[in-house]
Amino acid sequence: MSSSEAFPASGVPPRAGGTNVADRLFKGTTLLFALSVVAIMVLMAGAMLRTALPAIRAFGWHFPFTSTWDPVAERFGALPFIYGTLVSSLLALSIAVPLSLGGAIFLVELAPHWLAQPIAFLIDLLASIPSVVYGLWGIFVLAPWLRTTVQPALGALLGVLPLFQGPAYGVGMLAAGMILAIMVIPFISGVSREVLMAVPNSQREAALALGATKWEAIRTAVLPYSRSGIIGAIILGLGRALGETMAVTMVIGNRPEIALSLFAPGYTMASVIANEFAEATSDFHLAALIEIGLLLFGVTILVNGLARLLVWSVAGNGAATVRE
Amino acid sequence: MLTGLAVEKLGACFGQKQVLNGISMTIGPNLVTAIIGPSGCGKSTLIRCLNRLHETVPGARQSGRVLLDGQDISQMDPVQVRRTIGMVFQKPNPFPSMSIYDNVAAGLRLNGVRKRHRLDEYVEKSLRMGALWEEVADRLDKPGISLSGGQQQRLCIARAIAIEPKVLLMDEPCSALDPVSTGKIEELIQELKKALTIVIVTHNMQQAARVSDYTGFLLLGELIEFDETPKLFTNPRDKRTEDYITGRFG
Repeated sequence: MSSSEAFPASGVPPRAGGTNVADRLFKGTTLLFALSVVAIMVLMAGAMLRTALPAIRAFGWHFPFTSTWDPVAERFGALPFIYGTLVSSLLALSIAVPLSLGGAIFLVELAPHWLAQPIAFLIDLLASIPSVVYGLWGIFVLAPWLRTTVQPALGALLGVLPLFQGPAYGVGMLAAGMILAIMVIPFISGVSREVLMAVPNSQREAALALGATKWEAIRTAVLPYSRSGIIGAIILGLGRALGETMAVTMVIGNRPEIALSLFAPGYTMASVIANEFAEATSDFHLAALIEIGLLLFGVTILVNGLARLLVWSVAGNGAATVRE
Repeated sequence: MLTGLAVEKLGACFGQKQVLNGISMTIGPNLVTAIIGPSGCGKSTLIRCLNRLHETVPGARQSGRVLLDGQDISQMDPVQVRRTIGMVFQKPNPFPSMSIYDNVAAGLRLNGVRKRHRLDEYVEKSLRMGALWEEVADRLDKPGISLSGGQQQRLCIARAIAIEPKVLLMDEPCSALDPVSTGKIEELIQELKKALTIVIVTHNMQQAARVSDYTGFLLLGELIEFDETPKLFTNPRDKRTEDYITGRFG
């Protein structure tokens, strides 16, 4: 019996060059899509740069390092906004990270299934509340509570620290940080939860079999394994905190000053753009606002870049290269 | 002291599904006891009941008793049980974020060994016992997962014996390994047996015949036959055991 009998001609023609053309077409189209994303970013940056040019020319390197913001005299410096953005975001992270991570660990490692599901659902729901609603809640609930209860107590307790000095306004850096914290919790905790769930059970059992307690197993096996993923989750939260506009604008107090106290009002880059863009009467004022936009762009890229480096340095000896 | 285990009427289930039924056997000290049987017969569940790892699975339940030197392990602190009864898993599972050294030291650190020279001493001793020292002595700071599969498994054995357990459970420790690595681990088992009691689950009958003193044949959650290894393999009492070891099913 010859091989041609074993596989009789079925009428399917041999594949010729046709697939090659389709493949190239496919590759070309997807390449186009990928490049268009880059092109959009470049065009945006270019347009912003062009509009901001008068301000860049006038202030040069002084712009991000001076604190005057005087639209009437047309003297602009962005330092208070950069400060406000960074401090409110870091404050938010310092509140949100322990809460999110602790919550994620509880839900994945400790909570019974019937409890974990609804709690996870509720936390995820936080992400779908519009930020203006957070802002309203901040104005009407959080800020008064901070003014009457939290800030006096903190001032009395930790008033020796410059962070907790000064009059209690309610609105201010602390309120902004807390609102931001609540807003980024669903992102950090959601991603952390996924990352923790992806840790193979064999890792937990390896630790348990060595006589680890539940907590020791989490500390020895689960957390190191998911380290780079958790840092990624925190970066995601940070990125969101840096750019959040509406809720922060409503509770931060909108005063372009650098104050060490968390009780004092501040201002962020995103907030000043949102507040003043519609009222900017002169092109020069507009140029200054656009330059702040560029800076926000830059700060975000810088922070994300640093965070990315951190992930790489951690993942180098981390779980990224697990051999199965 | 020589440490053995006694299993009395052990039953286990996941939810409604009964996987073990009325298992009774005596695991003698400083002997190698092998559990054989076809896939899904409950071998792994049986061995996981011996260090109370079974109960960590949601929905898992258990009946009967496991005695460690006469003491019911269900009455003991599970952490203490697992420090006395170590385990090596089917797939090598070193901690990926840790170096070779730290992997072996992990259990020691959990047990409160902190001093560097003590750790050094234990790590070297365990790696030597795990027959891995010669191969890794010059790169202890490299990640544990940079090793080959067979080396990783010996690393896991070294990690398990570092805390000086009295019993070592091995759940198909060679099923993911090549024949050379398998040979090394089987030699290692003969060495380790001098220091501790070993229970090994395997689906490889030749392996059971080579390494064990006693063998139990498990089928559909029941212990069909338990006897001295040569006897079980040459002169089985039960027809089903005979069918299995002669390759008629399974």
